[in-house]
Amino acid sequence: GINAEYGGQGLRGKTKTMDGPINSVDELPVWNFDGSSTDQSDGENSDVYLKPVAIFRDPFRRGDNILVMCECYTFDDKPHPTNKRSECLSVMDRVAEEHPWFGIEQEYTLYESDGITPLGWPVNGFPGPQGPYYCAVGAQNVFGRKVVEAHYRACMFAGIRIAGSNAEVMPSQWEYQVGPCEGIDMGDHLWVSRWILCRVAEEFNVVVSFDPKPKAGEWNGAGCHTNISTLKMRQDGGMAHIITAIEKMSHKQREHIEEYDPKKGEDNTRRLTGRHETASIEQFSYGVAHRGASIRIPRQCDNDGKGYFEDRRPASNCDPYSVTSRIVRTICDLD
Amino acid sequence: GEHRSLLYAVVSTHSSGSSGINAEYGGYHHIFCSLLFLLQFVSKPTKTRERGSPSTNSTGTMDQISDGLDGKKNPFLDLDQDGEIMAMYIWIDGTGKQLRSKTRTLPYVKDPKPADMPVWDTDGRKTDVTMEQDEGEYSDIFLKPVAIFKDPFRRGDNILVLCETYSWDSPDLTKPHPTNKRALCAENMLKCAHEKPWFGIEQEYTMFDYTGKHPYGWPKNGYPGPQGPYYCGAGSDKVKGRKIVEGHYRACLYAGVKIAGSNAEVMPSQWEYQVGPCEGISMGDHLWVSRWILCRLAEEFNVVISFDPKPIPGDWNGAGCHTNISTEAMRQDGGYDKIIEAIKLMEKKPLEHIMEYDPTGGDDNRRRLTGQHETASIDEFSYGVAHRGASIRIPRQVDNDKKGYFEDRRPSSNADPYSVTNRIVMTICLGE
Repeated sequence: GINAEYGGQGLRGKTKTMDGPINSVDELPVWNFDGSSTDQSDGENSDVYLKPVAIFRDPFRRGDNILVMCECYTFDDKPHPTNKRSECLSVMDRVAEEHPWFGIEQEYTLYESDGITPLGWPVNGFPGPQGPYYCAVGAQNVFGRKVVEAHYRACMFAGIRIAGSNAEVMPSQWEYQVGPCEGIDMGDHLWVSRWILCRVAEEFNVVVSFDPKPKAGEWNGAGCHTNISTLKMRQDGGMAHIITAIEKMSHKQREHIEEYDPKKGEDNTRRLTGRHETASIEQFSYGVAHRGASIRIPRQCDNDGKGYFEDRRPASNCDPYSVTSRIVRTICDLD
Repeated sequence: GEHRSLLYAVVSTHSSGSSGINAEYGGYHHIFCSLLFLLQFVSKPTKTRERGSPSTNSTGTMDQISDGLDGKKNPFLDLDQDGEIMAMYIWIDGTGKQLRSKTRTLPYVKDPKPADMPVWDTDGRKTDVTMEQDEGEYSDIFLKPVAIFKDPFRRGDNILVLCETYSWDSPDLTKPHPTNKRALCAENMLKCAHEKPWFGIEQEYTMFDYTGKHPYGWPKNGYPGPQGPYYCGAGSDKVKGRKIVEGHYRACLYAGVKIAGSNAEVMPSQWEYQVGPCEGISMGDHLWVSRWILCRLAEEFNVVISFDPKPIPGDWNGAGCHTNISTEAMRQDGGYDKIIEAIKLMEKKPLEHIMEYDPTGGDDNRRRLTGQHETASIDEFSYGVAHRGASIRIPRQVDNDKKGYFEDRRPSSNADPYSVTNRIVMTICLGE
């Protein structure tokens, strides 16, 4: 089983033997774990329940083995305070007929096994300035491709909707995209893809960081650009709905920023500076093909008059349940 | 001491050392191999290197960085892909010197064609050093698939998709990006398609260590012995990086790139491979993809590939992209006259050609075309039979047969093959 721990920044996992094969989440029993070891409970009342919510094939153990994404519940059967999925699910259930689709661009940075030196960077120094690394090929520009290739294949095998990947602007920084996923699936797929990434990286002796500004200075940060559309936006004439949605979001800058990293915006303050292809955290803006804006409408959608839009504000360590839930609540007028 | 013997023998059909491509009448081409017999005596055992740990070899350069695999194969690469494929979209960036690539998942298509592949986009600002930071709104560039090859790294049904770039304001893909050299080339190749222009390019390159600054296998604080023993050499004191060369050759064959031959070059750590014969636009496509495959493969060995035309100043050879050309008329009996005619046309436009023969309008080539080291001076045009100091060389065999092809020795190793082949057909076929 896997669960998302307190603060939404770390993933935990433990194994259980079962009679297989398992075809549906309903066949799986509730489990529990010692929450005091994961900052999720006190020692005296430590048991936290794990309720299975999604299954994926296990790319490490293969065969009929599975990964089981779980929600945490308290001893009295309430969603644990750190459980962001439960509320997200109820939000998604309420707007199911809008068929909200998401695609998230997960950025991350690879580190050497010391967790301090970015992979391939010189010890006590810096590589040459950004420029040659984005989508690059060649040993002087690209670090850790083995991990990336392995992760992609592992996700495909597992059933994660991995849609693409590329080397990013900062050396040792990478991105992959998951989606389109409808409703609650987005959070499930993204969290499990993160677990798979960290687990794959173990095999290669490297460390994955989801910190949104791993290196201060003239180095790009890492985000979780979130692409959104509803059924109406995807249909002819959808651009009007896109603009309406964006304008609703423009009135809730602070509310969104609070959900876009695990520290209510504190992490993102280091990243959303208005430079390095980010918009300033203080100001809301949007534009077609504008990578310096909070929200970008892709050029193709502008041409087609329909499609989706991209919220560039979520940090790489955001909780996708919190992000997708917040967006839906705003654009579907739930609060 | 310990003695070892190494026997290296490959069947030969032509004399060794020939690095040209014969685009013969009837469309056959030979695969050139070299015949070498070599007995290698090693008087002390080779230094053993621990797999999986950073280390220096006997020349003081790092070979492998520990990656947790300890030399084992990546165990994830044979995982089932559940009916989907990975498509690696490849494009040439705004500098004209560097390749960029990114992956997307696509549903499996049997025998995919470029027209089946979706158009993609990318942030042009990150790959075009000429664009300003504040052009944030105009940064999208469209990637239009134009050629497909099998992916030799991911294998299975996975593919490489070579793309052309189109401007942000051209979603209908009518306006090529200013740095897109392929569009005009394709147009001109169509115009002279009836002449059936064939090309073969001899791509030279140099291997550097992972820093990209020190030639691979060169001694740490000095130079190897002078040029002489390295060309088509065998032996670990003569050639470095053959693993990469062998891997690249096989990867190209697998991918469907028309790789025709390869050899070690005059400068140590310098190599050459030949691609062709390719007709029309496919020359550029095959050459660019072969470069991507080379750089990507060298990553696995922690080696950097340089296409710089004069990587080491001084008494060390530069690197070129000798381009062999013929039209159908040249390949037929009596074609020799057509060859001379074509060369005479090129003689009238030396500057126009030099401008297209490297990505900097001739600046890069100036360091290489000095008149020494088997080059002609950049300022003078010349041609001759079997003349490697001339701008254009007519192979001896062609002179004997009185038909065949000729070799333009001027393009630099980092030339854009679209620009080169386009310029040539403009001169010899289109009279422009």
